[in-house]
Amino acid sequence: MNKNNLLLYSGILIFGIAAPFLLPAFKVQLSILCVLIVLATTWNIQGGEMGYNSFGNILFYGLGMYLCASVQVGMFFPLAEWTESGGEKTFVHTPAQFFQGMAVGLIVAAVVPTIVAGLIGYSILGLRGHYFAICTLGLGVAAGEISGGIEIIGAGQGFTTPPFPDVGSLESRGEFFYFLSFFVLILTFIAVRGIYTTRFKLILNAIRDNEDKAEAMGIQTMKYKIVGWMISAFFCGLAGGIMGGLVGYIDSTDVAFDGREMGVFMVLMAILGGKGTLWGPIIGATVFHIFKEGFWTFFLGWQYVALGVLIVVIVIYFPEGIMGWLREKYPERFGEVVDEKDRKAQVELK
Amino acid sequence: MDFMVFQYPMISVQACLDGILLGILFALIAYGMALQWGVMNIINIAQGDLVILGGYIAYFMYLYGIHPAWGVIVSPIIMFFVGIAIYKLVINKVVDRDLFISILATFGISILFMQLMNFAFGADVVLANSDYGTTMLFNNNVVLPNSKIFSAFISILFAICLVIYMKKSKLGRAIRATAQNARAAKILGVDTEKVYAATFGINAALCGVAGALISITFTIHPYMGLPYTIRSFMIVIIAGLGNLPGVAMSGMGLGVFEEFADYILGTEFRIGSVFLLLVLILVYRRFKLSRKREYLK
Repeated sequence: MNKNNLLLYSGILIFGIAAPFLLPAFKVQLSILCVLIVLATTWNIQGGEMGYNSFGNILFYGLGMYLCASVQVGMFFPLAEWTESGGEKTFVHTPAQFFQGMAVGLIVAAVVPTIVAGLIGYSILGLRGHYFAICTLGLGVAAGEISGGIEIIGAGQGFTTPPFPDVGSLESRGEFFYFLSFFVLILTFIAVRGIYTTRFKLILNAIRDNEDKAEAMGIQTMKYKIVGWMISAFFCGLAGGIMGGLVGYIDSTDVAFDGREMGVFMVLMAILGGKGTLWGPIIGATVFHIFKEGFWTFFLGWQYVALGVLIVVIVIYFPEGIMGWLREKYPERFGEVVDEKDRKAQVELK
Repeated sequence: MDFMVFQYPMISVQACLDGILLGILFALIAYGMALQWGVMNIINIAQGDLVILGGYIAYFMYLYGIHPAWGVIVSPIIMFFVGIAIYKLVINKVVDRDLFISILATFGISILFMQLMNFAFGADVVLANSDYGTTMLFNNNVVLPNSKIFSAFISILFAICLVIYMKKSKLGRAIRATAQNARAAKILGVDTEKVYAATFGINAALCGVAGALISITFTIHPYMGLPYTIRSFMIVIIAGLGNLPGVAMSGMGLGVFEEFADYILGTEFRIGSVFLLLVLILVYRRFKLSRKREYLK
């Protein structure tokens, strides 16, 4: 099993590094896929493992997006004048300024949402079940509506992120963003995999299965819930920062705090793949992204109708996801001991 | 920020009256929400989109030269069947599952409706003009459109009819029995499946009435559904399930809050303030409940 895993990981790594050269036309799509996988995987930490189904991780994603772009601009130029000039480029970043700004911006974009999650965590995570879901939904939409009214980050007309500097070849923009997002993906994967082997994950599962009992066992559930949410927020902020640079334009409700799209996508991808598994969100995000892009290309205009139908179908017919289905089909592969008699009896019962 | 409200008392009066008339409409939508939440234990995110769809029915009658006020009668009839169709296709498969599943499923329905309405009716903000004129009060300082008074009156009328129907009719009693204990109701011969379908249909019909009234008094747009869902959710959690006077009072309170937020913060923060208020109320509720839990310990 270990040898297989090593082969699998190195295969994925090699494919990931070679992908932009093998499939140069899909560089942007592959970068978006990386970001989506990061979002789905980190949603899964508190949605799947902890049982707190949040529609509000979009808050951290949008916050990271705005922060990264604002820092990148604000480090070298007056922010208010930049947003006022809109699409016209009165200020131009030199390559050194761009990368320096991006680096600092990404750090800020990761750290500030984490702090925000820690601050609001105590009050929000005390809510249970559907109250939590609706509250976070409200939080995401409120953030979008409010940021749409703030002048310094572009208000309703949007915020143009710094354009990629001229460093020689035309391909470099796509490659830069691809490798950046791929790096963040690997970082996320290693971090999440590490977390899933510790006691921390077991505590999260205990909270999901029965929070009161976990509390009675002497676990300070609130502390763990907040830490779980903060981990989610950290990676969501990073993903948002990258996505802002990749899209090149930030709108408050359509790009950053897009609760109707990205906010639901991350939930959907995790459910499609299988909640509460390491590989589920990754598989779910990949399948979802391929399906979505196919639909977006061939049925332009009907994509949201398809999305609505897709949500309903997935939720009703595949609530366990792809991993759940595989697990039911091949329980031995997941390290579960199956009693053959028991299995036969169940089949007969059906 | 604009503090004109406090300098000119008449503006406050205007905001209060507007808010109360608006709040009665919210309360009607919230009543539907409380009904299905209480009976089926489902939170319907598509509630607001049902409202907007009902509004478009009235708007289309207006386009074809029929007075939009008739929409108050036509739209609930159509919406009742739309509601039953939604129940048969989707809701009955999620009704006894995890609450999050039903939230997500109705979220999908909401996106679907939003886009279908966008295709069918276009992305313009529209309103059905009722030509009812206006009423001037307090030396012409306060202006109230008659359409708002009409809509509040109709909402109250429908709410009263529904309450009487729930109390007296056989179906109403079956619905109340199912809300109290679905299993016991089933044992006593209530066809709960039918009751659920009827509940969802009645809820959709109420949304239809509210939508028709909103298209007369305010404006409708395919993407405006979600705020109505959030408002009705908020009203229900403030009032509690099955507390009808509470629903009416908190609906009016929310309406007044919104009008004042509109005047003080500016129109661009109106929806944002509604959603923030929701978060604040839930957080307040959480601290109140946790105090109660500690007390019990």
